[in-house]
Amino acid sequence: MSGFHTAMELVLQGDASLYAIVRLSLLVSLSAVVIAALVGFPFGAWLALTRFPGRDAVIIVLNACMGLPPVVIGLAVFLLLSRSGPLGSWGLLFTPQAMVIAEAILVAPIVAALARQTIEDLWLEYRAELEAMGATPLRRVGALLWDARLSLLTVLLAGFGRAAAEVGAVMIVGGNIDGFTRTMTTAIALETSKGDLPLAMGLGAVLIAIVVAINGVVWGMRSYGERKAG
Amino acid sequence: MRAPASDLPIVLAAVGVRAGTQDILRDVSLVFQPGAPTAILGPNGAGKSTLIRVAAGLLQPSLGSVTWGGLSAKSLQRRAIVFQRPVMLRRSVAGNLAFALAAAGCPRAHCAAAVERLLARVSLGALHDRPARRLSGGEQQRLALARALAREPEILFLDEPTNNLDPAATKAVEAIIRDADASGIKVVMATHDLGQARRLCGDVVFLANGAVVETAGAADFFSRPRTEKAAAFLRGDIVE
Repeated sequence: MSGFHTAMELVLQGDASLYAIVRLSLLVSLSAVVIAALVGFPFGAWLALTRFPGRDAVIIVLNACMGLPPVVIGLAVFLLLSRSGPLGSWGLLFTPQAMVIAEAILVAPIVAALARQTIEDLWLEYRAELEAMGATPLRRVGALLWDARLSLLTVLLAGFGRAAAEVGAVMIVGGNIDGFTRTMTTAIALETSKGDLPLAMGLGAVLIAIVVAINGVVWGMRSYGERKAG
Repeated sequence: MRAPASDLPIVLAAVGVRAGTQDILRDVSLVFQPGAPTAILGPNGAGKSTLIRVAAGLLQPSLGSVTWGGLSAKSLQRRAIVFQRPVMLRRSVAGNLAFALAAAGCPRAHCAAAVERLLARVSLGALHDRPARRLSGGEQQRLALARALAREPEILFLDEPTNNLDPAATKAVEAIIRDADASGIKVVMATHDLGQARRLCGDVVFLANGAVVETAGAADFFSRPRTEKAAAFLRGDIVE
């Protein structure tokens, strides 16, 4: 129990190194989710509304990509960004940017696949009405994205969940450098293996609290939106 | 893109609609003229909804042709349709109408006033901000009618507009249909409520098993049906 006690003290005293780690973790995972949304939503919407040969295969591959093993993506990004790799000249390896890239690659398929399903379901429901209203294709996409916005918010949460919980990929491409690329998850892994359980537990508690808080905020937004729009 | 002077008459010439190996409509030739509402009557599965969708230009027939005012233009500009189960957008009542108006090309500046006018026309003004999907069946039907009227149609197609509605809601919907008719909109409605067809319609298209069995003025049809099938349908027999 003394470990738990120390953990709470670290949190309550506002330990500077702890908060730096929390800040970086949030920054990296939220940036990754934003990038994944910018790529995933339009791609998902496009895939929901178009028909072409091989579309089923694309959907299967996309859905399978939701389960990409993080360490493999970490390795791939590592090879791309390492000094001798094709993007080595960017000098991004072992930086927060590299971690954002790796997490965005992990989150984008989740956002795209779930958005595709959500938008396609709504399209099946709306299709006849939107056609009868004479809505242009652009207006149709706008209506679908807007009316699915509450469900798409949950899609973003699923993506954020993966990004926030991620450890393998960010460890490989970030390097877990103290004060620079150390996130909550990599710090927990490190402190646990070092035997500094109080810090690990404190970080764990903070991580869970943040995830719960963000889910709470989004739930509130959803409920409010549902009351307004049904 | 300029709308043609008029979409009427709508002429269906030897129209057939086939789904797989099944004929939904067979050799349907009809003319919809300006005037009192036209009822499309017939048992379930006769092809009433399909006929409406073809006449509205939403469904391309497998055989035959459809023209609107002599043109085969596919643009929906002067036509509006209310489906049997209208889908409410996940928006407020006013939001649904604003979307329909914008899709119909109503300039943004006129939109707010048009929303209020249409809501008054279907007596939904008090529910302005209510989520549309929380409305009762009758209120949803009225909102669907308002969305259709937002297109300022010349022809309004209705598919079973009062199906599953209680008498009060039915009365409200019929009042809107009468009002639309009085304002010069040609109404074409599928219904299997014979009383409703009697109350509202000037002529009747009787459909059975995908084919037109009889077309007649409403008064003639109900008092002196010319075909045995129509007589059987009016008696309440099962017609196949």
